[in-house]
Amino acid sequence: MTRTLLTGNAAAAWGARLAQVDYVPAFPITPQTEIIETISTWVDNGTMQGRMVTLESEHSMITAAGAAATTGVRVFTATSSQGLLYGMEMIYTVAGWRAPFVLVNVSRGLASPITLEPDHNDIMAARDSGCLQIHCATCQEVLDSVLLAYRMAEDHRVRLPVIVNLDGFYLSFTREPVEIPAPEAAGEFLPPYDAASTRFAASAPSSQAVAVLGGSPYSYFRYESHLAALQAITVYEEAATAFAGVFGRQHATVEAYRCEDADIVFVMIGSFATKAMAAVDRLRDAGQTVGLVRPRLLRPFPGERLLQLLAGKRGAAVIDQNISMGMGGVLHAELAASLYGKPDAPPVLTSFIGGLGGRDITPEEFFEIAAVTRRAATEGVTPPPRLLYTSDEYREIRKLQTIAHAERNALESEP
Amino acid sequence: MTSHEFRRMKDLPSTQLLGSGTPMCAGCGGLEALHEIYDVLGPGTVFVNAAGCMTLLAVYPFTPFRGSWLYTAMASAPAGAQGVRDALDILIAQQRLPAREDLQVVVLTGDGSAYGMGLSATSGAIERDLDFIYICYDNEGYGNTGQQFSDATPHAARTATSKGPLGFSGYKKDLFSIWAAHKPAYVATVIGAEPLDLARKIETARQLKGPRLIIALAPCPPGWDFDPRETADIGKLAVATGVWPLKEYIDGKVVHTKVPHPRQPVEAYLRKQGRFAHLFEPQRNAALLQELQDRVDRYWESVAG
Repeated sequence: MTRTLLTGNAAAAWGARLAQVDYVPAFPITPQTEIIETISTWVDNGTMQGRMVTLESEHSMITAAGAAATTGVRVFTATSSQGLLYGMEMIYTVAGWRAPFVLVNVSRGLASPITLEPDHNDIMAARDSGCLQIHCATCQEVLDSVLLAYRMAEDHRVRLPVIVNLDGFYLSFTREPVEIPAPEAAGEFLPPYDAASTRFAASAPSSQAVAVLGGSPYSYFRYESHLAALQAITVYEEAATAFAGVFGRQHATVEAYRCEDADIVFVMIGSFATKAMAAVDRLRDAGQTVGLVRPRLLRPFPGERLLQLLAGKRGAAVIDQNISMGMGGVLHAELAASLYGKPDAPPVLTSFIGGLGGRDITPEEFFEIAAVTRRAATEGVTPPPRLLYTSDEYREIRKLQTIAHAERNALESEP
Repeated sequence: MTSHEFRRMKDLPSTQLLGSGTPMCAGCGGLEALHEIYDVLGPGTVFVNAAGCMTLLAVYPFTPFRGSWLYTAMASAPAGAQGVRDALDILIAQQRLPAREDLQVVVLTGDGSAYGMGLSATSGAIERDLDFIYICYDNEGYGNTGQQFSDATPHAARTATSKGPLGFSGYKKDLFSIWAAHKPAYVATVIGAEPLDLARKIETARQLKGPRLIIALAPCPPGWDFDPRETADIGKLAVATGVWPLKEYIDGKVVHTKVPHPRQPVEAYLRKQGRFAHLFEPQRNAALLQELQDRVDRYWESVAG
């Protein structure tokens, strides 16, 4: 098999191209822009057949994406961070339309302070929207996940938008060897979109996204979306099996790494999980039985699979690349909710926040996380959530603060 | 059908395509205009709606439309129209949809969206030369939430958020000129109380391609504080006093389609509406009344000849 060096962004664009999408509403934002630039080049030179239109905002972009999907075409779009939040009203809205399309989000920390580098608070903000979520750790996964996402979104048991998430910089701008599927094989895996009754046509008038009066019909339609999202676990597993059959690559709902005999397990999503994998190898070299589980699906939440993988472990350490102010890590809370009261659940579930705004998580920190979790398991006491920050970093920020104060004092002392 | 076929009131369609029994208020000037507009456009339409009074036209499981409907959000109905239009074009070009299945894409919003929150999306849609019709029913306030002032509220009007003795301190935004500055295919003002002028303009818009934008002044009994039976009379007075100039922008020129001559005093229009009652009671505010008259006079002087 030949493999090509592709950035995560180029891999996402290849996913859209191989899905033979009809329509790409777009709006630029760092670090996503390369995706739409790549697609734009292909559309302009005729190597890609779809139609692309640049809207004037992400709010409009997501509206157009949902509206085109409800009219009966296959839609791809992409955004990041502030863009996802600017369009958030429509992220929720189009999920309720049951408009099946795929959005690639290139994760980037949220303002304030404004920054360009990644964490997962942007995508976590879409958690309760009804859009399903696939989280990627490699560029190959980005391409493959776009194809898988269409299978899941368009399935008649699901009919919901799917967000494929990759980390800004670490994946978006990092070249990795990627096997680009042949168009025929991609077409075999992903047949043309069957809109069925989700469309507009003169001879078949339809009213979509109408208002409801009262909580009863409202609840019904909200429950219906939730149940459809739950069905997506089965649909995803079927699609992943079919994908492995065509391409030979496995993309389970949860990736498990050296987990079987592990007594302590890291839990992470996204590309930083590859750092955890390296740490697992080093800890194993030192004789520690540590493993990693990495949920690829976050919505629907693969709770049963996670319980299977974590059953009987002494402790699990959740490393969240997000922070819910006043609560802590979102993934930790989700996993705790999912495992609570289950007889085989690990007795200790520690929580660590790290990697915010692209901050690295070093091997030493993973070693410390493993040690803290092991100690907690032995003592039977779970420590409070920890915010990863080294003394070196603290010294650096104190220096910056000293400069800021000096600058302000200098200004104030001017005559 | 060409626009010239609407010569007299008798030529107007009497199909009454829009169903009755909607939750709009009695005497709704927006609904009056929509009835007339829909009869000209016909059921081969998909209405793309923004949050406003008319969002309640289609409440599950009912709709008064024979054709299609998509509710979006307050700010982005033109972007919804973009998605629907593009998708229809793609399906027709790929022969996945026969051309006879095509639809006229019609944005339907109130003034809150058109003059304010949705203006950026409209500007973008016009700039992209989107082939669509935009209908704004302009009741000069955030009507669905109880008539707070909006960017479309006229000077001195009392609203739920301008209850002082001078009413609203701002001035009605000139959306017609803002839209026309984008050089779209067509812009027009209409009012339900002048159905012949309205039908001619909707027919003109129907036959053109590209962005076609219509503002329908929508007398609003609860918002403007008048008896529902007065809707048509107040609409006629809006035109006869020159407060609501009926005009169209086409081929780069603005043409007034019905020039009131002689113009009735603005006071005749204001007196009928509770939202202007503070100009007359307890004391007559002669200075403010004169200012309102002067503004209308200056407008017509500026467009004369």
